[in-house]
Amino acid sequence: MLLYILRRLLSAFSVVVVTLVASFALFFLAPSDPAGVICGPKCTPDRLHDIESSLGLDQPAAKQLGLYMKGIVLGRDYDQGGTVQHCSAPCLGYSYSLGQPVTKLLGAALPVTISIVLGGALVYLTIGILAGTIAAQVRGTPLDRITVGTTMVVNSIPYFVVAVLVALYATFLPHSEYHPFLDNPLLWATGLLSAWLTLGITNAAAYSRYARASMIESLGQDFVRTARSKGISERRVVYRHGLRAALTPVATIFGIDLAIQLTGAIFTESIFGLPGIGLLTLRAFGKYDLPVLMGGVLVGAVVLVVMNLVVDIVYTFLDPRVRLG
Amino acid sequence: MSEQTVRAPQTVIRTARTRGANEEPYLEVDDLQVQFPTADGMVRAVQGLSYSLPLRRTLAIVGESGSGKSVSSMAVMGLHDTKTARISGSIKVGGTQIVGMSQQELQKFRGVGASMIFQDPQSSLHPYFTIGDQIMESYRAHHNVTKRKAKARAIDMLGRVGIPNPTRRVDNYPHEFSGGMRQRAMIAMALVNDPKLLIADEPTTALDVTVQAQILDLISDLQRDFGSAVVFITHDLGVVAEIADDILVMYAGNAIEHGPVDKILGSPQHPYTWGLLESIPALSGEPQPLHPIPGSPPSLLAVPNGCAFHPRCEYRERVSGDLCRTLKPDLVSRSADPGRKSRCHLKEPDAVFRTDVLPRLP
Repeated sequence: MLLYILRRLLSAFSVVVVTLVASFALFFLAPSDPAGVICGPKCTPDRLHDIESSLGLDQPAAKQLGLYMKGIVLGRDYDQGGTVQHCSAPCLGYSYSLGQPVTKLLGAALPVTISIVLGGALVYLTIGILAGTIAAQVRGTPLDRITVGTTMVVNSIPYFVVAVLVALYATFLPHSEYHPFLDNPLLWATGLLSAWLTLGITNAAAYSRYARASMIESLGQDFVRTARSKGISERRVVYRHGLRAALTPVATIFGIDLAIQLTGAIFTESIFGLPGIGLLTLRAFGKYDLPVLMGGVLVGAVVLVVMNLVVDIVYTFLDPRVRLG
Repeated sequence: MSEQTVRAPQTVIRTARTRGANEEPYLEVDDLQVQFPTADGMVRAVQGLSYSLPLRRTLAIVGESGSGKSVSSMAVMGLHDTKTARISGSIKVGGTQIVGMSQQELQKFRGVGASMIFQDPQSSLHPYFTIGDQIMESYRAHHNVTKRKAKARAIDMLGRVGIPNPTRRVDNYPHEFSGGMRQRAMIAMALVNDPKLLIADEPTTALDVTVQAQILDLISDLQRDFGSAVVFITHDLGVVAEIADDILVMYAGNAIEHGPVDKILGSPQHPYTWGLLESIPALSGEPQPLHPIPGSPPSLLAVPNGCAFHPRCEYRERVSGDLCRTLKPDLVSRSADPGRKSRCHLKEPDAVFRTDVLPRLP
């Protein structure tokens, strides 16, 4: 098991490196002028040159990449007109537009995104699995049809429309803003409620469909009939035997969904004005803020490979048949 | 696999065959009807089935897919969903009426009054729970005991069904068992609450032949030890000859022949049973073409009037008039032996069997 995790981590690491190199190349080839952005409108050629050399932008692409990679591992020194500023490892550079270390910006944004996504996940998993399970149990009845119909309708509304609708109409909800959990858990929760609701509603529809389909399949299995023939309660048959088997495929989808949401909560964050990773990268994109964009890509890549690994490890606990050694 | 010595099926001592024959019936099925309303009409899966079975005796229910053998046995366990199945008639197990029982009563009954083992032990055991866990769950559903005691009971049961090293094996998952061991574990689970009736729904179909023989032996042995009645559902007449005391042949939801195994297999009276015997390939002697039953079984949405078998019956011309097409024959004794019944209009079934069918049999 440990060897397996090590092997997976190694391949995960190579995926992250390849992603970094590829996106670095893409951004480098793009017609952008970061030094100009930093320099501002009243720029002189001398000053522009200074900025370029302090950021290493006058170096060849391979050298720049090397400096960037070295920064991540060892840290990096920036020489700004004589004064040396040390950026300690893992250094992802300074934001061109904000002048702050990228790691600091990401460090501030990541808890926001994680809060939004995990809270939303709690909402949609609870509603989705409950609705799906009940619908599967009463399959074919009006209640089932209503559930399926509702999920179809909700599913066909684009995600950002739901977000806008919640922002416009759910005015009874507390004002949407981010407070760190450790400062005030209550304010943290109330401030994120609208975002959780949006994420919850859209995904609950999808998850109730996954859960329903998975549950119908599971309830039709021979082992459920066996369980029933033992003389245990119907609730135990459905929830211990049926749901237990139905949740494994849902857990797999959830792991990947979680990773995607952690890297792509742009709509939720920008509509509700929550300063998470999505909003940070979106703003950086508008300003050719290369270091911040690279930081966003790095976080995304790491989150994806780590979540993939987590799903696979969790799976071995869920299904004894794939348990390793 | 360190299974015990493999006994040849022929050497099983069939002492049960005469035992219990005249005792009080433990299972009594009377005019059982199971119907499923569907969008296409009413599926009449079982149409007035009656039989009885005393303790220590084995009844084999034989028939092809869709003949109603499994559906009728599921009804005995009360396993049909009352929302989708309409059940009428009477099923008494140990004197208790099963038809119309509430879910709570059925829960108490299942596993204790009657137990069931299924065709494919691979899919019938839950893949995510250990063997021991699943047996313990059965036991604790009906006994208020600690986990430790239930586990001791599970280990004891696994030992009794011939699982080597049960103390260690009890913590294994089903996928760590071989097919034969899984079916043994299923049997242990079914018998953990000492039910007096065991329903085995094609328990050896998914197993290879050697393991089949072992499982049949095991069921016979356990039946002797537990003194229970066994309903054995199968389509394998070889298995029937091996394990059963009585046979009930079903066709399109009806019992068409019922009686002691040697009589029914030795000189059957119904053309369908003849067809079944003629469809068994001979394993020795000159290879001969099989004589299959023409046509295919009727849809249970529209069972033919009269005798359900008449469209496929090659002997219907020998019955005077339109009787086969218009009148459903009763399941009654058609010879001097009152214990042997068939559902056919043919006048001299024994004579027809001797002259027309017997020469074709291998």
